[in-house]
Amino acid sequence: MSAVEVAARPATGGVGVPFRFLRSELSLIARRRRNQAGLAVLAAVPIVIAIAVKVASPTSAGGGEGAPQFLSSISGNGLFVALAALALEIQLFLPIAVAALAGDAVAGEANVGTLRYLLTVPVHRTRLLAVKYAGIVAGAFIATATVAGTGLVAGLVLFGGGDVTLLSGTTIGMGEGLLRLLAICLYLTACLAALGAVGLFVSTLTEQPMGATIAIVMVNMLSWILGVIPQIDWLHPYLLTHWWENFGDLLRDPVAWDPVRHGLLSAAAYIVIFLSAAWARFGARDVTS
Amino acid sequence: MTAFAVESCGLTKRFGRQVAVNAVDLAVPRGAVYGFLGPNGSGKTTTIRMLLGLIRPTSGGHALLGERMPGGAATVLPRVGALVEGPGFHPYLSGMDNLRRLDAADRTARAATADARIRAALDRVGLGAAAGKRFRAYSLGMRQRLALAAAMLASRDLLILDEPTNGLDPQGTREVRSLIGALAAEGATVLLSTHLLSEVEQVCSHVGVMHQGNLVAQSTLEDLRAEAAPRARVRTDRPADAARVLRELGLTEVTHDGDSATGVLGPVAPEKAVATLVHDGVPVSGFAVVAADLEEQFVALTGEGFDVSG
Repeated sequence: MSAVEVAARPATGGVGVPFRFLRSELSLIARRRRNQAGLAVLAAVPIVIAIAVKVASPTSAGGGEGAPQFLSSISGNGLFVALAALALEIQLFLPIAVAALAGDAVAGEANVGTLRYLLTVPVHRTRLLAVKYAGIVAGAFIATATVAGTGLVAGLVLFGGGDVTLLSGTTIGMGEGLLRLLAICLYLTACLAALGAVGLFVSTLTEQPMGATIAIVMVNMLSWILGVIPQIDWLHPYLLTHWWENFGDLLRDPVAWDPVRHGLLSAAAYIVIFLSAAWARFGARDVTS
Repeated sequence: MTAFAVESCGLTKRFGRQVAVNAVDLAVPRGAVYGFLGPNGSGKTTTIRMLLGLIRPTSGGHALLGERMPGGAATVLPRVGALVEGPGFHPYLSGMDNLRRLDAADRTARAATADARIRAALDRVGLGAAAGKRFRAYSLGMRQRLALAAAMLASRDLLILDEPTNGLDPQGTREVRSLIGALAAEGATVLLSTHLLSEVEQVCSHVGVMHQGNLVAQSTLEDLRAEAAPRARVRTDRPADAARVLRELGLTEVTHDGDSATGVLGPVAPEKAVATLVHDGVPVSGFAVVAADLEEQFVALTGEGFDVSG
């Protein structure tokens, strides 16, 4: 790019400060009371788990049939509080958090009338979708990291740290354990980003953010429900949520990469398809809100 | 550089089978304050949304400040301030933060000057004291003012204002009028959509009238007024005789009541009418030439009645 072009075309985020619009979007999400309250609820779950296990220990430390994944390992190492909380919250709480952000993304702006003013600033519609999606993905990561972080702290306080005994029986150091926890957070963020892409598309269809959020949660629930019907097992690998619980494979030694790779590919496919759909829909839409 | 700040050619929008805007050829000269008049539902807002690229015309096209739209949106819209169909802001952000967000979204805006520009815009609309209040706590008039401040965040060459005095008290209305005058004096072109005729008479240099999706009149305010046939009004204690004389002179639509007679002057010079009346022995206690007021013309163009155009 020549100097003239650089001068003629200001940087992505406005003159002077890079990514100014993206920052504004993130602060809009972060300052919203509803989102703060939601994050607090997400953080409460691992604390409840840790206290419950601590109070019941050692008699019921074994967990028993039907107990959530990783629960039985908690008394051995506090790290497992984070994992148990993630395993519980990935089914409903984390998807609801993403659905709330994604539902709001375009429909929320349309609903309060800010969409028409953003577009006449002007914000190019593709740029608006890109910033909105970046906000959703950032929100998904922060939500996941909050669950993991609170779980880790609560677990370390109540049960202590030390070497981590993996599902496959081998033992790794606490440092590697933390690395793997981070990898799990990133994997789950990718999974939730796929739901976020579906959500962004849904959000371009309506001016009612609450309706969009409910629709996104229903998509998520439908995927879980279809996933437990054995008669349609041919469909299962294509379901949005099919690979999500495979985050546990990152805790094997050696790591079971195959399902993780499938999960990431599946998420990428959902992201590409639904972001394209959102772009096609929103790019051509008459904004009458 | 073209002479027009807003120029459209056959701009048309259909929603399903309904034609909301039908082949509108707008021509807003640079520097004009253009009153965009029309009853509710006549297609004003749809036209404005098309001008700003919010909705796509079914056919036809337009240019803003000489740039074809929507292709030129990225370069031309930063120079256009807009108020479309009322204020739209995040309820839980303060007025100040709402403007910060809009400024952050503008690629051409300098971050370093943002706070100063936002302050200036808020002061200009008289919202300086309420800048830190949440938008949801604003009254309708304050909301309208904030929307005007948003339209003035940067220096603009064109302002497209859809009913800017909606919800304002009489004092606020006056302030907005003087604001529009000041913007025009600074060289900006203003396209002002309204259904308040007094507003048009006081601030506009040009007028366009929409009716059922059609632009039924477009001219300078002066020309529109000149089109209105001036009437002669004679005050006399013998109105019937005065009416007869006026009729003989060639005035049309002559009527009389208790103490006066009126008629459309047409080509007859008013001096001649007075001379003839006096010559024929009709005592004239008063004589005036009155132009039809804008309201009558407006009604003539758009029809009577309270029905919203469908």
